Amino acid sequence: MKQKYERPTIRKMNTGLMNKFGTRTDFDPVESIDGVAVKDLVAQYGSPVFVLSEKQIRRNYQAALRSFKTRYPKVQFAWSYKTNYLNAVCKVFHQEGSWAEVVSGFEYHKALGNGVAGHQIIFNGPDKKEADLILAIENHSLIHIDHFDELYLLIQITQRINKTAKVAIRVNFDTGVYPIWDRFGFNYENGQAWTAINKIAKADKMELVGLHCHIGTFMLSTAAYAVAAAKLCQLALKCKNELQNPLQYLDLGGGFPSTNTLKGAYLPGVDTVPSVEDFAEAISNTILEAGFDTDELPLLILESGRVLIDDAGYLIGSVLANKRLSDGRRATILDFGINILFTSNWYDHKISVAKESGQYTEETVLFGPLCMNIDVIRESIMLPLLERGDQVVVHKVGAYNMTQWMQFINMRPAVVLIDQQAKSHLIRKPENLTYLEMMEVVPDYLKI
Amino acid sequence: MKLKANIATSENGFIFNPATGDSFTSNGIAAEILTYMKAGESEAEIKQKILDRYEVELCQLERDWDDYMLQLKEANLLDL
Amino acid sequence: MSVSPHLNQTKTLTIAVTGLNANDNPGPGLGVIRALRDGFGENLRIIGLAYETLEPAIYLSDQVDKTYRIPYPTAGVEALKERLQQIQEVEHIDVLIPNFDAELFNFIKLEKELLNMGIRTFLPTHQQLADRDKVNLQAFGNKHGLEVPASETILAVSELDQMADKLGFPLVIKGKFYEATIVQHISEAYKAFYKLQAKWGLPIIVQQFIKGTEINIAGLADGEGNTLSVIPMRKMYITEKGKAWAGITIADDKLINLAKAFAKASQWKGGFELEIMRDEKDRLYIMEVNPRFPAWIYLSAAAGQNQPRMLVDLALGNQVKELTAYTAGKMFVRYAWDNIIDVAEFQKLSAFGEL
Repeated sequence: MKQKYERPTIRKMNTGLMNKFGTRTDFDPVESIDGVAVKDLVAQYGSPVFVLSEKQIRRNYQAALRSFKTRYPKVQFAWSYKTNYLNAVCKVFHQEGSWAEVVSGFEYHKALGNGVAGHQIIFNGPDKKEADLILAIENHSLIHIDHFDELYLLIQITQRINKTAKVAIRVNFDTGVYPIWDRFGFNYENGQAWTAINKIAKADKMELVGLHCHIGTFMLSTAAYAVAAAKLCQLALKCKNELQNPLQYLDLGGGFPSTNTLKGAYLPGVDTVPSVEDFAEAISNTILEAGFDTDELPLLILESGRVLIDDAGYLIGSVLANKRLSDGRRATILDFGINILFTSNWYDHKISVAKESGQYTEETVLFGPLCMNIDVIRESIMLPLLERGDQVVVHKVGAYNMTQWMQFINMRPAVVLIDQQAKSHLIRKPENLTYLEMMEVVPDYLKI
Repeated sequence: MKLKANIATSENGFIFNPATGDSFTSNGIAAEILTYMKAGESEAEIKQKILDRYEVELCQLERDWDDYMLQLKEANLLDL
Repeated sequence: MSVSPHLNQTKTLTIAVTGLNANDNPGPGLGVIRALRDGFGENLRIIGLAYETLEPAIYLSDQVDKTYRIPYPTAGVEALKERLQQIQEVEHIDVLIPNFDAELFNFIKLEKELLNMGIRTFLPTHQQLADRDKVNLQAFGNKHGLEVPASETILAVSELDQMADKLGFPLVIKGKFYEATIVQHISEAYKAFYKLQAKWGLPIIVQQFIKGTEINIAGLADGEGNTLSVIPMRKMYITEKGKAWAGITIADDKLINLAKAFAKASQWKGGFELEIMRDEKDRLYIMEVNPRFPAWIYLSAAAGQNQPRMLVDLALGNQVKELTAYTAGKMFVRYAWDNIIDVAEFQKLSAFGEL
């Protein structure tokens, strides 16, 4: 019986400068995802492949909802389409009771296509086309106004078509965190928000039903949400008291972080990132103490995306080659790069090997397959010795990658959903040349 | 490919280069190859021993051998 | 003396200590160990917990009985917990004293789980740790009426001019995590800003420069607003990095009261060090608050208040009464010692993680 082989390697013992920022190590192999073997997934769907866990998505959603509902009586989540708008994913959230939060015309149509009732679609963003706005008015969707030009346009449209729009305004303010996202919505401190509210109140065909804010992304401070909630509440109470216009809801937006580790962070995200419970506590307490009558408490809407899906997504990939760089460092080339793992730009993703391996590890640079120098997944990571064809699993990739990915040099791979019975389903086919060329037109004179 | 004469290896896989003061750890196969090299065995003899003892194809071993020699060279352990 | 003597204890007390590092900015570990050896005498087993193979105190076998490597703080709480569990099965640690700022977050997070394993600690809370962070120090001072140098956290180089007008030169420009530069005019300030931004990212802290005498205070507080020991030390010899290489205990009620006021305001629990600047008008500014014992902590024992031993007693739940008497005029003069070891010891620690 021959012994198991491992490539010979040596490692210099550390004698250099003391290093306050040691390297992270994640050695436990991940041989299956939700009971489905990684090698079976690759055999069936190819490599690379994105894998989503339905079980985890539902678990995240239910836990987040519970965190808020145990603290505040009226809570509604609206799935942030831009985070991951694969229809299968959206449908899971809608089944759980989530509304839709969209930021463009095509996302709006996607939500309708997924069977979401018009009045349960929140329409955000600075770019809403006139035709989209008309459709949203007719469907009684909640239109969140971003700027004065949009406000005036809406007033015009409602007069022209003689229909009432249900609107809210997006408000931005100083919550003590930077940068202030003051490019979206109306500023609170300089009175712009109040001016906008007054204009809506005076318009015949505009019904002000709520207030919206979205203070940032990957927010690590729960206190900032308390400040945001307090300012929204003040504004809402002012609407009621001065304009006799009580509001139905406050939309605190999204921005809760997942447990990914940001590049440059000293401690891992799993240990430092506040939980949804922490955010729920800060937001709920603030609204409950703001001074609303108990029977007039507004509905609390949350547009969480990342925190509900990031850790339900995996990217499986394979080693294309190993090489040694001119300075002696080890490099590993993988079949996925920043083209499909966009988030590697700001996270140090946890990466596991997909099979049991030896104790010995080496420091390596992880490159993607693109012929571009910037295609680096990790500048330095300790990994067991990998060979060509070995699989790796990247963790917590469910948010934004499947919407921000780019078709560049390579096609985008398949996306698979593992259902709650550990059965895998293809939810997006891998792209092919026909798909890619479908929209192309070659002028006749170039055809010969 | 000859190992420098005074390189000290221990049974735990430690390597110490008295000329530079560097210490290294090695995995099992790396240490084994070093032992053969120290005993003055030829490249072909060593490769054959590894092929006999481990689950590995020659083409794979060839590739890893070259890389290993590069590592030893980088580590200043080879007599060039 | 209010602490019951343990010199004749029969059961061996096992205490784990981190911060065995030393370069021109030494870790407090060895000072803590020395104070513990003074305080507990025989039947004391010291377990060193090290991140690096060349932390010098590892190799001082008359001070450290056994050393284990532990994962870097960056590896996270779970990795640290697993490693400490392994060590605990062998060593039965009674008390653990962390001595690094950067590791405290994780140890505080593990406080309850350590206790379940039988390891007692005496640590501040995460909130206390965050409040004294240099980014929050100004707010902390304002809130509790403690004098701190005026400082502002800025995110853009354009804010520098405004800060310079407000605070005047010289200014101290500080990085988010480490490093500070004293600048004399605006062009230097710009340069320092870019350099620190490149290295540690934003924000950058701009602080009023205060000229005066540097004094450090080592303290121990019970978490209920009371200080149990305060030892002020004036720096006599200062390294390029601003660390005391020699110092002398001084008696000044103003300093003691300041430490008491700090402990009361923050409800501090555990050891701490206040870095104080006394200006010409005898005003005391808190420049920085370190959430642990300082490297010169053995001086507290030498002057009559053995703070590490008192901390162990607090962790063990023993009654500890406040100490007020100490000897002024005790000095420490630091010495660097070339300890001789064999390469085999270094290799063993590197490969097996214990020595």
